[in-house]
Amino acid sequence: MELSEHIKTANVEDVTLRRPFHPALRGTLCVTSHHLLFSDRKDEASWQLLILLKNIDAIEKRAVGSSGTITIKCKDLLVLQLEIPGMEECLNIASSIEALSSLESVTEMYPFFYRPSHLTLNGPWGLSSTEQYYKQTERLWDRWRVSTVNSDYSVCPSYPSAVIVPREVDDDKLIHSARFRQGGRFPVLSYCHHRNGMVIMRSSQPLTGANKKRCKEDELLLQAVIDGSELGYIIDLRSAQQAQQARMTGGGFESKSFYSHWKRIHRHHERGKVVQESLIKLVEACSDPSHSVDRWLSKLENSKWLSHVHSALSTAGLVVECVERDGHSVLVHGSEGTDNTLLVSSLAQLILDPASRTVTGFLCLLEREWIQAGHPFQQRCAHSAYSHARLKQECPIFLLLLDCVWQVWRQFPLALEFSEALLLRLAQEVYASNYGTFLCNSEQERCAAGVKENTHCLFQSLLRPDIEEQYLNPLYEPTDLAIWPSVHPQSLQLWTGLFLRWTEYAQNMEEAREEVWSIVKEHHEQAGPDRTNNTLSTHCDTLTSFENLMDELTIL
Amino acid sequence: MEHIITPKVEYVKLLNTYPEKKSALGTLYLTATHLIYVEQTNNNARTETWVLHHHIMSVEKLPLTASGCPLLIRCKTFQLLHLLFQRERDCQDVFQSLLRLSQPVKEEELYAFLCNPHQNEEDRRQGWEFISVANDFSRMGLSNEYWEISHLNKNYEICSTYPSILGLPKNASVAVVTGSAKFRSRGRLPVLSYYHKDTKAALCRCSQPLSGLTSRCVEDEQMLQAISQANSNCPFIYVVDTRPKLNAMANRAAGKGYENEDNYSNIRFQFQGIENIHVMRNSLQKLLEVCSMKSPSMSDYLTGLENSGWLRHIKSVMDAGVFLAKAVCDERASVLVHCSDGWDRTAQVCSLACILLDPYYRTIKGLMVLIEKEWISFGHKFSHRCGHLDTDPKEVSPVFTQFLECVWQLSEQLPCVFEFNERYLIEIHNQVYACQYGNFIGNCQKERLDMRLHEKTFSLWPHLLKNQHLYRNPLYRRSLESTVLRPSTLPLHFKFWCGMYNHYDRGMHPKQSVLDQLLSLTQKQVEGERTMTELQRQLAVADGVLPDPSGPINTPAEQDSPSEKTPTAPVVQSNGSCAPLINGDAEEAGPGAEKCNEKEGADPGATEHDLTSSEDKPVSVETEHSKEEVQESS
Repeated sequence: MELSEHIKTANVEDVTLRRPFHPALRGTLCVTSHHLLFSDRKDEASWQLLILLKNIDAIEKRAVGSSGTITIKCKDLLVLQLEIPGMEECLNIASSIEALSSLESVTEMYPFFYRPSHLTLNGPWGLSSTEQYYKQTERLWDRWRVSTVNSDYSVCPSYPSAVIVPREVDDDKLIHSARFRQGGRFPVLSYCHHRNGMVIMRSSQPLTGANKKRCKEDELLLQAVIDGSELGYIIDLRSAQQAQQARMTGGGFESKSFYSHWKRIHRHHERGKVVQESLIKLVEACSDPSHSVDRWLSKLENSKWLSHVHSALSTAGLVVECVERDGHSVLVHGSEGTDNTLLVSSLAQLILDPASRTVTGFLCLLEREWIQAGHPFQQRCAHSAYSHARLKQECPIFLLLLDCVWQVWRQFPLALEFSEALLLRLAQEVYASNYGTFLCNSEQERCAAGVKENTHCLFQSLLRPDIEEQYLNPLYEPTDLAIWPSVHPQSLQLWTGLFLRWTEYAQNMEEAREEVWSIVKEHHEQAGPDRTNNTLSTHCDTLTSFENLMDELTIL
Repeated sequence: MEHIITPKVEYVKLLNTYPEKKSALGTLYLTATHLIYVEQTNNNARTETWVLHHHIMSVEKLPLTASGCPLLIRCKTFQLLHLLFQRERDCQDVFQSLLRLSQPVKEEELYAFLCNPHQNEEDRRQGWEFISVANDFSRMGLSNEYWEISHLNKNYEICSTYPSILGLPKNASVAVVTGSAKFRSRGRLPVLSYYHKDTKAALCRCSQPLSGLTSRCVEDEQMLQAISQANSNCPFIYVVDTRPKLNAMANRAAGKGYENEDNYSNIRFQFQGIENIHVMRNSLQKLLEVCSMKSPSMSDYLTGLENSGWLRHIKSVMDAGVFLAKAVCDERASVLVHCSDGWDRTAQVCSLACILLDPYYRTIKGLMVLIEKEWISFGHKFSHRCGHLDTDPKEVSPVFTQFLECVWQLSEQLPCVFEFNERYLIEIHNQVYACQYGNFIGNCQKERLDMRLHEKTFSLWPHLLKNQHLYRNPLYRRSLESTVLRPSTLPLHFKFWCGMYNHYDRGMHPKQSVLDQLLSLTQKQVEGERTMTELQRQLAVADGVLPDPSGPINTPAEQDSPSEKTPTAPVVQSNGSCAPLINGDAEEAGPGAEKCNEKEGADPGATEHDLTSSEDKPVSVETEHSKEEVQESS
């Protein structure tokens, strides 16, 4: 069925648009295959609002006399109201929105149609690849190699075609190890620490099952990771009890007797539905008009969102401690190894690695650890906080990552090259985007759908100099040290930038940000290192010569 | 001095609040004014912790443990010291001395009477005259057609807890004024707090009427009528009782109560529901328990925060303040505010409304004026509420702290509207309890006059103004000056004030400070400009264009020094714990000889340590995960 067949009414005049903190507007509403367009044609300089239909999470219809009201709740948490004259038009519009906002087929989505004049499809897609990363990271060359065992995605469908593994482990062993890990996600290198060469590996759970199966190749692979040093840590992102229970369904954990050089630490992390429900509860709490502080605090507590932030940062801190302070390598996994595992490994890198704190470095990190590593974006981000649809595989783990990064930034406001604006942009793009970056669930799917050939890359576009500037942190001062965030509950805060994004509060904060920029710019202009010093010194020179003159005069 | 049994104890452990951190070993000194703990670290660097005796809220001896005798010291500045003595006798001695030193019996024992910040009598006089309530009245445009400054209370006869000058409506006769005073609890009659020039609406304050169940007073009714008539823009006035309705009704049985709308023409009566001082004291107690929980989970913390009720109370004060400001500014209505005695809740909401209405009070000097006006002169009982002396613990309540917190909450929501930053509020809070300056000693103006504070002590304000560069908010926008603040009072905007209640738990605070960064940027700029103008002036002098007022020209080297100093100054400030503030002043005070020696010997070392620690911070200082934790769980 053609997309346009979903559109029964394409245009409605005299629609009233209501947005938070703006006066109501009257104008024309259009529905296209991918967009909702409202334009206010009062004067020549018309104002337009363009919303990607994919950004719409839920709509609510209400009839008022002969006209209807549609409340549109977006995935970026914006809520709009449209008053549409004529009940039939209203219903038509609503059903178009419902159908077109939940397209299943990837190639029908907007990124495949987005063709801005300033971008060409021939440009590079993505920022880096496993091979490039390996080439750039000299410290890997000695003991690590790039394996293309997964080049046809048959060993692990959710991994990229190339992965980094210990040099001494051949592809055959990898295949065996993959069979022993859920979804074939055998242990691969995620990060090698620049100070001591210790690594962070990630994988999925081993399939030990009820009768404690073992896999020699998997054991050898992990043995090769620590390469003769006495100890590595396995950070299992489930409680010990959950890990035990996983054996009943074929999963399990690395037992002490077979992996004698690895120490296992369990840290409980919520996943899937629980986290999605947290988001729903939190967003609901944030829009609660009640004036009771107790109610707010109790809802905030009840949502558990901040508890998830707390556990993610704590566990990332634990990984960092193993790697940086104690000098041990770490393997991180939960069950599938596609969610919390990526959350923890990428946060640990942000804390450890100064290179991942620049704009490019951070985007590369996201590309490597989330997109190439096979976080199922399409499943996880199908719906956001407002949807009434029955939850399937939605889970805002990526949003949780952005929240954690924001917490790090709040505690180290000078250490990241990027600003909150980049995090907010990503939070929006991951749910609905003009770009193909967050489409599909894995490299294999992206390959099959031709994403790289037919869509534009978000990260490439964010790095264009004119765009990048708006995402820079004016106070950035690079530091080589690890930036270790405090995880005291008092140190963690609600990410108001995201959750109160569409309130007056956001405007106040924007003013403050502008002020910071203007102070920094003024400083650069006035007290630029060269100019001022130069003028100062010339003045000093003049003064000295004057002084000499005066001395001479006194002598005379 | 006679209370100090043992002035020096060695090998005292200072236990860290967080189990994962190693505790320090050092020497404890007791001086006449401070407790000083000097930590001896391996590389001979010394860190010092100075605690003013007046800041100590409670000293508690905990049961003996295998490792020694623990002593727990809680401070009014929310610092917590957990000391461990080797010998039980030392512990007992220090305990006894501190009990006595932290609870002076007589006013003369307070620090302010000992402290001499190297100023002469002229400085002292000017210092006390620096902030003037009378000037603020003229700034508001008094006297004018409707309001006048009255000296009826110059001998404190009409109301002993009010200031000597009062703003009163012009058309209220002396009989009405005195009659109304007799009908108000403790004679605290309705007087002007703030006059809003643009709307002609007035903010007035008083105490509860002695109405009981049926009483009425014609003069009081006329007084309210006079206030109403002074504002032609609105046919009625709001009468706001800041108490919960139930409390106000209970007071009626005791012959007090609230205004009966039938007896007063054209009033609109309103309750605001702010709880009394006892509820607030208990709430803070619970909040502090949450603050000192050992590694709580997020749920424990949030539940604890909720159960303390603290933010609920802060919001209730804010709500009332916002109500007043809206009435004055949007409805152009005059408002009369009271609670029971009109010196706690009334002071809170009136001063908050002033801040919302008038940008002047959002400046560094303006806040001083506001505190001087609404709190000090109107008889907020600082001595009682802060427990300066060993008095009734039921009189102690964090009413003023709550006001400062409301201002902080506003500054968090509206980051560009205040000239000062968070440190200014915290410094004022520390000074209120320090009793180092005379401003916050005594319960009302009359008491302060009787104590002759202006002759015997110094004023805080010049000291704060001298250091105002530390308290500046670099984001302050003068362009926003003229606007009335309209904060959102949705519950989610009320945050826990970590900078105040966990001030001494440095590990919880952001590791890098935007404020310091911006201050140093703007400071450099200011200094640079200043140096330039100075150099240009000197060039002009040397050229003979200008006459030379200051003798010989300074050498260029001296000219360079300020710009060199700038970068370091904020760094030291940011990292010092309690030390810098107290240090600086203690140096001037110099009551004990040994203390001075200690200080001179130690100061450079301490500063150096501060500096180095600031650079280490990102790596080592803050980790919540100990090695023990790893092994334990593995």
